[in-house]
Amino acid sequence: MLKQKDKIFKNLYGFEDWKLEGAKKRGVWSNTKELIKMGSDKIVEEIKNSQLRGRGGAGFPAGLKWSFMPKDSGKDHYLVVNADESEPGTCKDREIMRNDPHLLLEGCLVAAFAMHAHTCYIYIRGEYYSESSNLQKAIDEAYANNLIGKNACGTGWDFDIYLHRGAGAYICGEETALLESLEGKKGQPRLKPPFPAGAGLYGCPTTVTNVETIAVSPTILRRGSKWFANLGSTNNTGTKIFSISGHVNNPCNVEEEMGIPLKDLIEKHAGGVIGGWENLLAVIPGGASVPLLPKSICDTVKMDFDSLKEVQSGLGTAAVIVMNKSTDIVEAIARLSHFYKHESCGQCTPCREGTGWMYRMMEKMIHGNVKRKDIDKILDVTKQIEGHTICALGDAAAWPIQGLFRHFRPEIEKRIQERNRRVA
Amino acid sequence: MHHPGTNNKVYKKINDNFEWSSENFKKISEIIKKYPSNRVQSAVIPLLDLAQRQNNGWLSKNSMEKVAETLSMSYIRVLEVATFYSMFNLEPIGKNFVQICRTTPCWLRGSDKLSKVAQEVCETNIGETSEDKIFTVVEVECLGACCNAPMVQINDDYYEDLDEGGFKKILQDLKDNKSIKVGSQIGRKSSQPERKFDA
Repeated sequence: MLKQKDKIFKNLYGFEDWKLEGAKKRGVWSNTKELIKMGSDKIVEEIKNSQLRGRGGAGFPAGLKWSFMPKDSGKDHYLVVNADESEPGTCKDREIMRNDPHLLLEGCLVAAFAMHAHTCYIYIRGEYYSESSNLQKAIDEAYANNLIGKNACGTGWDFDIYLHRGAGAYICGEETALLESLEGKKGQPRLKPPFPAGAGLYGCPTTVTNVETIAVSPTILRRGSKWFANLGSTNNTGTKIFSISGHVNNPCNVEEEMGIPLKDLIEKHAGGVIGGWENLLAVIPGGASVPLLPKSICDTVKMDFDSLKEVQSGLGTAAVIVMNKSTDIVEAIARLSHFYKHESCGQCTPCREGTGWMYRMMEKMIHGNVKRKDIDKILDVTKQIEGHTICALGDAAAWPIQGLFRHFRPEIEKRIQERNRRVA
Repeated sequence: MHHPGTNNKVYKKINDNFEWSSENFKKISEIIKKYPSNRVQSAVIPLLDLAQRQNNGWLSKNSMEKVAETLSMSYIRVLEVATFYSMFNLEPIGKNFVQICRTTPCWLRGSDKLSKVAQEVCETNIGETSEDKIFTVVEVECLGACCNAPMVQINDDYYEDLDEGGFKKILQDLKDNKSIKVGSQIGRKSSQPERKFDA
């Protein structure tokens, strides 16, 4: 288990004061000026050495992403923080923003400085109303104490942070859709290239990063990349906030070391599966978009990017959705299909039409009201959506269904047989 | 499933006049300052939100035209945004806008029971407004509080760690105009691991 001293989020649950005074007691904003003095190249180098991978789902190396920002473009640079947390199962950024907002703001300053950006927008999902009001209060405090604004922290760097509330669209968690939305348009993803580092917000160099990635960076710089890299394993380093929901005795968010066994995570932190470990049916290990894992894999799998990739799933946002044997697994996935149908932006035909078709098919499958060959048909459709859309929402809609049939195909075949018998 | 926010039709029955209140007018200049001076269109979502708050929780044609005028945008660009985002309601809603999360993590912990309770207490169907206009009840997709499932959003606030009885009481109290407790209903501060679930 992760030692208390290695925790980055010391106020994850909000037991202590979230405001500036409390944050300072926890060491936030303590030597920000010195961190900035390292210079932007050294900051990026340290983040690279820490092997921090983006916490928003894709797991792209953070230092590398930061280094894509041009040095001298002659344009304004922007840092955009993706706080549009909408992946089903995920509720970690919410806790950071309402319980430790200054950790995020300090991270914004350091990261923006490393990217030569004077302006940062935090795009928070519209439904997070009280979270956005906490964050706004924290921003006001930081301005009032000269931590951000003109000559932020006395570093000579001018830096503004603006909070922008979204209005209810999962797709705005996709970075280019988020930028479109921030520009006052429908949140429809852009074709890449150009990538945001070349032409992002208002056509200027932009980096879009998840809340957690930004929030951990000052601590990495303070304690050194070696400390961070020593936690977890190579390429899967550091700590991570896991959101454990569904059929567990104590659903919770918890910061743990990367690579903790899934079983330990559920049993030690979430009070175990309801009805005991033997009552486990399946786990979705990284938010709605990743394929589920049956119990046999859950017994041994480790929670990191590469281990979960090996078992044909993914770490995603590390949102662990636990389902015990009382679950109708087909309906659980059908509900996710409904989610993707609802959230498809409608830009690409395979996704717009496919998510609706898949949902209707999945609804029928709950009752076995399909033909046996329809299973192969739906799998074929998922393959035709996957990789044929501008953004990853199409893939995300396809994967849970593929995962279901990979591990639970006999269950659906059984339902089809049973229904045929009833009808005949 | 009907939802006033996923409706794509402009509500035509009421032809009200919409003018910014003086308080909101001041807020607008604060909001616009956040964006570069030649990029004020960025303020369209915050302004629609402001207009919706001023207009009892929904956007009329006149209010959207006002936003367009304020930001020098064409009306169709504003309408496009208003129809795309689910938080903008394009038809009148009740005093309490009850949004029940239906996505898998909440469903696993009994969100469909909450839907039933809401329909009984509010005396309306999912997607509709009660006759006394006190409630509009809708089912929505993940609201991002999965470790406190099942949960419901009523107007701006989250009500978490719900069960049928507790939810029934919340709705009844709203009906009786009593004040209700926001956040976790079992006394959790946030999402720390400390609760038992029996089902």
